[in-house]
Amino acid sequence: MWETVIGLEIHTQLATKSKIFSGASTAYGAEPNTQACAVDLGLPGVLPVLNQQAVLMAVKFGLAIDAEVAPISVFARKNYFYPDLPKGYQISQFELPIVGKGTLTIELEDGSSKVVGVTRAHLEEDAGKSLHEDFHGMTGVDLNRAGTPLLEIVSEPDMRSAKEAVAYMRKMHSLVRYLGISDGNMQEGSFRCDANVSVRPKGQEEFGTRTELKNINSFRFVERAIDFEVERQIDLIEGGGKVTQETRLYDPNKHETRSMRSKEEAMDYRYFPDPDLLPVEVTAETKENIRRTLPELPDAKKARFMESFALNAEDAGILTTSRDMADYFEQVIKATDDIKLSANWIMGDLSGFLNKEGKEINESPVTAEMLAGMINRIKDNTISGKIAKEVFEAMWNGEGDADAIIKSKGLKQITDTGAIEAIVDEIIAANPGQVEQLKAGKDKLMGFFVGQVMKQTQGKANPGQVNQLLKQKLEL
Amino acid sequence: MSLDKQDVEKIAHLARLAIDEKDIPNYAQNLSNILELVEQMDAVNTDDVSPMAHPTDAMQRLREDEVTETNQREQFQTVAPQVEDGLYLVPKVIE
Repeated sequence: MWETVIGLEIHTQLATKSKIFSGASTAYGAEPNTQACAVDLGLPGVLPVLNQQAVLMAVKFGLAIDAEVAPISVFARKNYFYPDLPKGYQISQFELPIVGKGTLTIELEDGSSKVVGVTRAHLEEDAGKSLHEDFHGMTGVDLNRAGTPLLEIVSEPDMRSAKEAVAYMRKMHSLVRYLGISDGNMQEGSFRCDANVSVRPKGQEEFGTRTELKNINSFRFVERAIDFEVERQIDLIEGGGKVTQETRLYDPNKHETRSMRSKEEAMDYRYFPDPDLLPVEVTAETKENIRRTLPELPDAKKARFMESFALNAEDAGILTTSRDMADYFEQVIKATDDIKLSANWIMGDLSGFLNKEGKEINESPVTAEMLAGMINRIKDNTISGKIAKEVFEAMWNGEGDADAIIKSKGLKQITDTGAIEAIVDEIIAANPGQVEQLKAGKDKLMGFFVGQVMKQTQGKANPGQVNQLLKQKLEL
Repeated sequence: MSLDKQDVEKIAHLARLAIDEKDIPNYAQNLSNILELVEQMDAVNTDDVSPMAHPTDAMQRLREDEVTETNQREQFQTVAPQVEDGLYLVPKVIE
């Protein structure tokens, strides 16, 4: 009945050391206003000077999404008043952005893929931060963030569901991190998103009136905020009402969106070219030099993982989400030959521990070499997969590598048939009732016997071997 | 093109300028004169001229990405009307 139309504007902070127009530091978490210099404060008489690295990062992004990188781009002033914008205008790009039309391919849940258009990406400066609490009725302003370089990436209204919007946002997040142009830290606001949302009757050509959802800073919230907003708009229209073009804020606590301001007046930004800045030139030579530094991108890496390592699309997708994870995986399989087992350990236990402690894979106390070493011990039957979990946890807790832990904790599997046989005999003798039932056809009891033997041996027997011995002894 | 009273009031509001009611006709006249000048220029044939973003025929010089500024918060904040905990204080901007 209704079709949802979504376009996203993603603001990603570029990982430069200094600001886009000044030599002040961009490091996160400094004391308020200690990294806001005269240029950032917009004091009279200052001149912005453009950061080369910010330009090169934008070019790199443009090349990665197959976009046209403008040979000449121009900075413009976007005029509005807010205390966290001391100049009364934000230096941005308007008519001639540095990155033109490009594309990004997203994967959908049903395994198909979809090409989403990128309208443009432009360079601009971030604003400061307003703190509205605890200042006896006043607002506190911290301008450390003012002037931090941003790349605003504007998509076409190509997405048709909240899920597609999330897939696009995740893919873009992965891409900017692959490129090394942003740390993508969403908690610190390095990667945030505004969503333009509208609905229209299925089959209708023209778009419905859209609302803009501001500053959504997590993948989970983008989906929820859009879902809520779509439902609100449909209810409104079906109830005989009309959607008003406005900016709305998503409140994750109440799970609702609410009106921030009507956009009619705020829209009048009166852009004009910034006379303080000359046009920015990107030569063909610069582009070529940057093209040569492009890393293998997520799609190419995923395809290679599927092709070279016979991984399925889902596993290859997960393992290539970040460059660090892909590198880790490749290091592991350099030192062990069981690709599937390596993939499972990385996506399973390792990811679980990382999530639990909020660590990135490059901070893992279990290095790729250590994990490979452990996997080799599973492969040569020194330990079972179950015991490996215990070994892994010990490695995580810094107790040494797999070999050291297996030795110090005495976790080596019992492979001596005689020893296991003795235990199997013992268990059979102690459970005559169960033996009867098993022989009578109650196959489920096999698990009971294997379990008993494993318990006796504290998990150190090889389950396959136990199974075989039991069958032999019970003449099954 | 000539601007009326409402136009002047809107422009003043967007620029957050307080203007005197009695000066409005004068502003309207002066601003209209500027627009008329632009209209005159519009009459010139510029088919062979490529648009310029800046009057000087030069390209932006770029700066190395290096931190060159040091913390001068105390000095900057001597001219701020009100500060607290290192923050600049302004009238509350949210309901």
